[in-house]
Amino acid sequence: MADLLANLSLGFGIALSPYTLLLAIIGCFIGTIVGALPGLGPANGVAIMIPITFSMGLDATGALILLTAIYYGAMYGGRISSILLNIPGDEPAMMTTLDGYPMAKAGRAGDALVISGFASFVGAFLATLGLAVLAPALSRIAYEFGPAEYFALYLLAFCTLGGIASNNQAKAALASCLGIGIAMIGLDPNSGLPRMTGGNLHLYDGIDFLVAIVGLFAVSEVFFFIESKGKSGAAGIKLRGRVTVPWAEIWTTRWTMIRCSVVGFIAGVLPGAGASLGSFMTYMMEKSIAGEKGKFGTGVAKGIAAPEVGNNAAAGGALVPMLTLGVPGSGTTAVLLAVLVTLNITPGPTLFVERPDVVWSLIASLLIANFVLLAMNVPMVKVFVKVLEVPPAILMPGVTMVSFVGIYSLTGSYFDLLLVVLFGVLGYVLRKLDIPTVPVILGILLGSKMEKQLRDAMVLSDGDWTYLFSSTISSVLIVAAIVGFILPIFLRGRIRKPQRISD
Amino acid sequence: MSKTLLRALSSAAVLAVTATSAFAIECIAPANPGGGWDFTCRQVGKIMYDIGQVADPVQVTNLAGAGGGLAFSTVVNERNSDPDLMVAASSATTTRLAQNAFGGATADQVRFVGAIGADPGVIVVAADSPYQSLGDLVDAIKADPGSVAFAGGSAVGGFDHLKPLQVLKAAGFDDITKVRYIGVDGGADAITQTVGGFTQAMTGDMSEIVGFIPTGDIRVLAVMTDERVPGFEDIPTAKEQGFDVRAVNWRGMYVPKDISDERFQKWAVMLQAVAESAEWQQAMADNGLAPFTLVGDEFQAWVDGVVAETEALSREIGVIQ
Repeated sequence: MADLLANLSLGFGIALSPYTLLLAIIGCFIGTIVGALPGLGPANGVAIMIPITFSMGLDATGALILLTAIYYGAMYGGRISSILLNIPGDEPAMMTTLDGYPMAKAGRAGDALVISGFASFVGAFLATLGLAVLAPALSRIAYEFGPAEYFALYLLAFCTLGGIASNNQAKAALASCLGIGIAMIGLDPNSGLPRMTGGNLHLYDGIDFLVAIVGLFAVSEVFFFIESKGKSGAAGIKLRGRVTVPWAEIWTTRWTMIRCSVVGFIAGVLPGAGASLGSFMTYMMEKSIAGEKGKFGTGVAKGIAAPEVGNNAAAGGALVPMLTLGVPGSGTTAVLLAVLVTLNITPGPTLFVERPDVVWSLIASLLIANFVLLAMNVPMVKVFVKVLEVPPAILMPGVTMVSFVGIYSLTGSYFDLLLVVLFGVLGYVLRKLDIPTVPVILGILLGSKMEKQLRDAMVLSDGDWTYLFSSTISSVLIVAAIVGFILPIFLRGRIRKPQRISD
Repeated sequence: MSKTLLRALSSAAVLAVTATSAFAIECIAPANPGGGWDFTCRQVGKIMYDIGQVADPVQVTNLAGAGGGLAFSTVVNERNSDPDLMVAASSATTTRLAQNAFGGATADQVRFVGAIGADPGVIVVAADSPYQSLGDLVDAIKADPGSVAFAGGSAVGGFDHLKPLQVLKAAGFDDITKVRYIGVDGGADAITQTVGGFTQAMTGDMSEIVGFIPTGDIRVLAVMTDERVPGFEDIPTAKEQGFDVRAVNWRGMYVPKDISDERFQKWAVMLQAVAESAEWQQAMADNGLAPFTLVGDEFQAWVDGVVAETEALSREIGVIQ
């Protein structure tokens, strides 16, 4: 404990200079905006800022503080468009649309933003503490996860998809299969040969989930808007009265926040799982704990808090394997890892010993960034709510245009823009058929990883499927997955499904 | 208030656009920020400016896609005579070209102008592994090819996969399609899988393992250079253990095909100057790179040889027909 305090004071000693504080504030602000823009996620936000960081001539500590502040800021910011527009600002914020948007539609946009902002703070704060206290010990967890274990983990995620975002399990399953199918496009992970690309080089890397998100959510929303001749659409939300902090409601989510912090953090620590899996698992966990009475999906506080705590805790957790092993736990940490290497810092088991100044000033600045973000996202929440007063006829095309610019800036190719429109059409058709779009994205996001792990497991075992049950971890996860898939089918007759999901 | 947000949105968009605007000299890193190509562009660009080889800071553009194939086809099709463009390249570039992984593009569509360092290939096992030397590992595979699975940071058929195959070929083992290999997300991940006991050996680059050497979790069986690597003198080479193999992941540049010969020679001189600079020596030492300087026509000839060799090996393991 004395060690921890000494280390933290070393960190705060570096991080609390006016200059680095300024960097943290700038980073938080840019990050929140980047996160809120559909089409730009934390990974892209950080990647775009890298050249600027280098041209500013920042030292290692300064660069890291700026970029991690953007990272945390983007994790906060992603929820804003989820709640206000039903369009996730980035992929981890996808689950926040499920309860955040219904709550906003019920006239409580301000409450939804405050609750989620507070939840983001709790998740990120506890995860940063976890990072400070547990990082060296937790790094060993990665050694316990081989292909079979990862496959079981992803299988669990997919098998519990059925109950999500839809009252019809078959439709959710169909949607996730569609996502997995789309994930197959690109280079075959084992042979490196192209599959279903039609010889088009743009498809070799597969389809970016940001392209899919913007298409399925933002563009399809515009189509609906056109169809209704501008009368309805996502932006038909009225804000009543002034924004207050719903303390009592936040208090009811206290256990949710603590549970989800732990689960989200662990999801983040596992390399390859990342923030999306964190927010997904925490939402599903809380939904099943709350049961039917919890009314998840109708705009309840716990349904907003759970995914936000989960994805922010996972963001902190993902820094553990990055710093201690050099293995990135998410797309954004992969970019941060690259920055570290470029700054001549070698992440790995010895980083905490050899470069305590870098590690502890990073942790200290994360704690600082968190408080800055809380201030930006709760008292200043009105700024974001005011967006709703822009007439939908301007807002919807505006958001879509900005997302197009965001997508174009990533790859610099018109091809992705065509894909966005295609996904928009797909999203429109799916929603007309009442098929949820969230599982499609999860399928794209996790499908290729799951395939890769399964095929690696088969290479290692020479095609012996019992290898998947060769460890306790994988066996437990697979059994949980099977139970999670089958049980709801048998229970369907007995439980009523009262809620209708307004999408 | 909505104006404030719109302004913020537009400034974010402007930021995104200015980040890719052009300066005098441009270096394309054919991958997202991170990893070898990005490192090469940023370091070389910075040093070129610092030592006065270029007047303005070098603009680094990340053009990720198709494992470098998108950047390659962009250069060939759209910027084939741009005199102020260089593109970061490495062994992965020539491996993929040799395996026709760039959609029909071939190595002779650009000019390989120089390598200024190399990441030596290594083969690593966990500290508690029964294999004490490269010979032990090769013997085990000869006795039962299924007993050893390798993990590496490249896809099947990639450079990390080819390294152990080259060793086995040198040892007279020809049944190389039987050797197990999984490609994971980079060298650190490959080490994690190996230390965790899921695979028996890791094949990768020196820079990927330097952070793990002091922990005592791993044992480096061999480095695939002619001489032992400065700073890592206690790691034996494959050659001294009786396997005549050299596998280094060189770091360098290619330039468009249709630039003038004078321009090509000038690029070579500039890269030579970078290679000799104290800054680059330091950057190499910090990142586990070994000296490996080869520029101009000499480098082009060497690359041609490597491409031919890779093609033959790839054909044998069935990665290409």
